Amino acid sequence: MNTREAAALGELKKASVASRNITDQVFELVTLACAALVLAVLGAILLSLIMGSWQTLAKHGVGFLFHNEWDPINGNFGALAPIYGTLVTSVIAIVIGVPLSFGIAMFITELSPRILSRPLMVAIELLAGIPSIIYGMWGLFVFAPLFGQHVQPLLHDTLGRLPGIGLLFQGPPMGVGMLTAGLILALMITPFISAVMCEVFDVVPKALKESAYAVGATTWEVMVRIVVPQTKLGLVGGIMLGLGRALGETMAVTLVIGNAFLISPSLFSPGNTISSVLANEFAEADDDLYTSSLMALGLVLFLIAVVVLVAARLLLWRLRRKAAG
Amino acid sequence: MMSRYRRRRLVNHLFLWLSMSAVAVGLSFLAWILVTVLLKGWPSLSMELFRADTPGPGMTTGGLRNAMVGSLMMNLLAIALASPVGLLAGTYLAEYGRYTRLADGVRFMNDVLLSSPSIIIGLFVYEFAVAPFGGFSGWAGAIALAIIVVPVVLQTTETMIRLVPDTLREACAAMGAPRYVMIIKIGYRAAMNGVITGILLGFARISGETAPLLFTALGNQYWSIDLSQPMPNLPVVIFNFANSSFENWQTLAWAGALVITMVVLLLSITARFLTATSKREL
Repeated sequence: MNTREAAALGELKKASVASRNITDQVFELVTLACAALVLAVLGAILLSLIMGSWQTLAKHGVGFLFHNEWDPINGNFGALAPIYGTLVTSVIAIVIGVPLSFGIAMFITELSPRILSRPLMVAIELLAGIPSIIYGMWGLFVFAPLFGQHVQPLLHDTLGRLPGIGLLFQGPPMGVGMLTAGLILALMITPFISAVMCEVFDVVPKALKESAYAVGATTWEVMVRIVVPQTKLGLVGGIMLGLGRALGETMAVTLVIGNAFLISPSLFSPGNTISSVLANEFAEADDDLYTSSLMALGLVLFLIAVVVLVAARLLLWRLRRKAAG
Repeated sequence: MMSRYRRRRLVNHLFLWLSMSAVAVGLSFLAWILVTVLLKGWPSLSMELFRADTPGPGMTTGGLRNAMVGSLMMNLLAIALASPVGLLAGTYLAEYGRYTRLADGVRFMNDVLLSSPSIIIGLFVYEFAVAPFGGFSGWAGAIALAIIVVPVVLQTTETMIRLVPDTLREACAAMGAPRYVMIIKIGYRAAMNGVITGILLGFARISGETAPLLFTALGNQYWSIDLSQPMPNLPVVIFNFANSSFENWQTLAWAGALVITMVVLLLSITARFLTATSKREL
């Protein structure tokens, strides 16, 4: 392209921009602003949490994370117990929830007749839609008492006797506690994980599965040797998405975890999580350092959750792009 | 020794059986929760529930009127604040900025915002709408809920607008219509159901949200429709009453739980139905 042509093209572009309807330009700007608002809100959340927790971070520094003391009266705050509780309950939720979700997704995509898979998807969606507080009430009034009376003594007498992991199942069975919270979390994240898994399993090319069946593979073999290796990224993404939910889940956990600043190897013991501490104490925090320490807890939760969620979405995006070609 | 074929078949049967039990476990817990809420909430569903305000300690009668009205007001306000933003942002992603980097970034972060812990949103709103203005308020609660609704509306809007075939857009542009006319006449008309779906889903989502209200709207034991004051709301009342040791408070908490569950289920089912019909139409 010589210079004269380039200049002419430039003129043409300018002309078309100028002739663009002014309303259209305004409309585009408004939609752009609204889209940018989403990014701005996330940025503002991060910023406000950092500002809110400044006082505590300045006083305790990184030690805040590893310090196990929560004493509002003397102004000593450490986040170790809630961080521990958050991680333990989330791990329980993942350990129970992932196989459960995998089974459900496998049933829906591979086994169930077509007429059944739609209603099943709806049921999963309903399970995902039930508010956290409802899970919490059911957990507190129905599940925890039954669990404490019948299941925990059983676990105590069987798994509790084993060396090593027996430590996890000792102590008085109270119903409420870390294990109960973890189990209810498992139930809550199962619909999310299995929905992602269903979506991901659909990506596997039909021809691939059919050829495996054609050479005589069983359904399970097709699952393990074809579907899972093809969708590894997406599966991990789905699991991390569930983990992100479990980390920040508040109301159900607050109602059933027993709310104690405690780090105990026993899963039967009461504990707390970052979100349950926030739910219980934030509205009552009366001095600046206390509020600031709670904000710092929130900052820790936000950072963990965002890292996990971003990783989850990246994995799912990569899988989707791979599937698109 | 077992033959290889028999072993493979056994393993297969074992895992198929496990998969079916996983479904059974999921469904039975769903049924268990729903039946519990229904059985425990049903006996206290009465006119009293909608006529009387939440009882104080020691009172034997009472309802949830103030909490329901407060929740409804904040939910509607949140929807009114959030749906234009979600709709316009979704428009940008689906139309003007479909292939831009900014749109990719927004789409990605919107997904993150959609599943990030709602209690954090409560903290954020506390920082900028409660602490500086000297107290908990209905406004703060509505803003917190609005931040939860935006990603939901944005996502459904974008999905539905993108279902509109490009040939329709081209036909419109060929007739000389500016882009905004095309978006409004073609995009929005087709995406109408999608937007309504998003709004319904958003409403369902915030109807049970408790965590972000705990330190924004706080709650109020009395009748109050003043948005600049702490606002009574259903989820927080349920939380407080469930945690209490008064039996009549717990009964009311179950009644509230039933009301919320019914609202959520009804809205999600309607939303599902709408999506199904509008996808068929396109």
